[in-house]
Amino acid sequence: MVARDEQLAMLVQPDRVHRSVYADPVIFELEMERIFGRAWLILGHESQVAAAGDYFTTRMGREPVIVVRHEDGSVRVLVNRCAHRGATVCAEGRGRAERFVCPYHGWSYDRGGRLGAVPFESGYQRGKLSELGLKQVPRVALYRGFIFASLSSSGPGLEEFLGPARASFDDLVDRAPGGELEVTGGVFKHAYNGNWKFMLENHLDGAHPAWVHASSVAVARGAPEPGAPGKEHHFDIAVRQMRQNGAPDAVWDAIGVWTTPRGHGYLGDYHSDDRLVAGMGSPVFDEYRKKLVERCGQKEADRILRVTLWNTIIYPNCSFMSQFRQLRIIHPLAVDRSVVYTYSFRMKQAPPGMFRDTVAFANVVNGTASWVLTDDLEVYERLQRGLSSGAVDWVYIGRGHGGDVDEADGTRRGNTGTSEVFIRSQMRAWLDYMGADA
Amino acid sequence: MPGEIEQFLYLEARLLDTQRYEAWLDLYTEDAIYWVPLEHDQREPFETSSIIHDDRTLLDLRVRQARHPRAHARQPLARTVHQIGNISLEDEKKNELTIKSTLVLVEFRNERQRVWGALVEHRLRRLPQGLRIARKRVDLVNSESELDGVAILF
Ligand code: FES
Ligand SMILES: [Fe+2]
Repeated sequence: MVARDEQLAMLVQPDRVHRSVYADPVIFELEMERIFGRAWLILGHESQVAAAGDYFTTRMGREPVIVVRHEDGSVRVLVNRCAHRGATVCAEGRGRAERFVCPYHGWSYDRGGRLGAVPFESGYQRGKLSELGLKQVPRVALYRGFIFASLSSSGPGLEEFLGPARASFDDLVDRAPGGELEVTGGVFKHAYNGNWKFMLENHLDGAHPAWVHASSVAVARGAPEPGAPGKEHHFDIAVRQMRQNGAPDAVWDAIGVWTTPRGHGYLGDYHSDDRLVAGMGSPVFDEYRKKLVERCGQKEADRILRVTLWNTIIYPNCSFMSQFRQLRIIHPLAVDRSVVYTYSFRMKQAPPGMFRDTVAFANVVNGTASWVLTDDLEVYERLQRGLSSGAVDWVYIGRGHGGDVDEADGTRRGNTGTSEVFIRSQMRAWLDYMGADA
Repeated sequence: MPGEIEQFLYLEARLLDTQRYEAWLDLYTEDAIYWVPLEHDQREPFETSSIIHDDRTLLDLRVRQARHPRAHARQPLARTVHQIGNISLEDEKKNELTIKSTLVLVEFRNERQRVWGALVEHRLRRLPQGLRIARKRVDLVNSESELDGVAILF
């Protein structure tokens, strides 16, 4: 074990990572046990389980779980695996259930996972059945309505785990008038033949859009001018985003990228609302701002709208955009196979146009057939193919290395907005989790 | 000999399968909507996401992206076969026809072959220059499943 830990430590060096971290199935198995089996994982949002009995199925790493609202008001997370002979008791999807009944021999479980009726009960040893039930995931906690769980019964609490990265969730929620958000509008589920870490290493990478997204930048430049009075299109928001991807290098270098402890991180001043999101002059955005002022006052509304936290990564399974209200959860399936669920959030008290923007943005930028995401997926697959080769060992993550700037609360800033500081930080978190007794 | 409508749908398929996307675009009216819903029985495209929901402007951009030399997910272009069947005339109003059909599509790119199945609805408009597509809806049987990136036209 000690030998293995020393070997692991050799794989991650200050400015380079060994390719096996992305390509070795043995390491992947260890990641599932030590990272996805230990860390807090985001599972969803409380609006998905609004009423008692509401449930949805998802995964924690590769464990199938059910997230369900108990009649006592708490959110429970149950391993979706029958205590009898192991079938998943709940079909994949979502719904409302009084109890979960296994399709194989009809054992039924309440919303807390407690075993109830068992057909042919007399055939079992008395007392034995009372020990059985659906396994409850040991720790479940909410932050600002977001549901997290950990497969480990010990470790830092959720707020400590999130640390300064809480600010990004605050931003997402505070931007909603009255703080009211709901998940709605469909879920994109896109898969790729590549390692789960590629997504997390991509979303804060300011040096990639000019190359990976060159084609969508080019067509967006040729698109009708977004927001031209009388000629507004429902997809203007997406055109603005694609154009912004083609911003000059100096803009990318100036935006700022921060990391916070445990591998989280975010991009800074990439979009301000007037530059991009809906255009400060747009009637929908004005109406939205009025609503926000109505709910929290002018001063607070101004403060909220001045926050510019762009893509945020919550290590190891989440990426989100608070200004566009889009959140992605990554599920590793194998060392070279991952699937990402993309959720849209509606601000319940905002004008409908704000959510239409979110939907259009999702379709054109983050969707499975979008102009932007598809090119990222292609590159992830190219990475996997390249890193499967044993001819070269190391992956270089040295952009900005040596220039990282330490700030308060364990926050660290890249010397430029295109620094790879966030990958170095993710790899440090990776090593911490992978240690035998993290 | 297939009838006029069948011939038109086969032409659309042939243009896609021979990668003549610009000529394919010309089959669409200026106000056309090309829609591939995300959800089964999806009712509307503005409050729920879609795999593709393009008006004519976006459809033009989509084709232009596919031609871009650095469209990594699209170049080289996928090779496809669109197999159309079960064509039926559902409705005929003034100069608009509603046609239902099924689509089986084989896609090949990067050493990978995928098969798609869909229920399709065309709304065709009779114009002086011939039939044109005013609306196309493609309901993929697996639209709600976990899909690898989609960079083709259905
Ligand atoms: S496996 Fe579930 S009741 Fe037998
Ligand atoms: Fe990207």
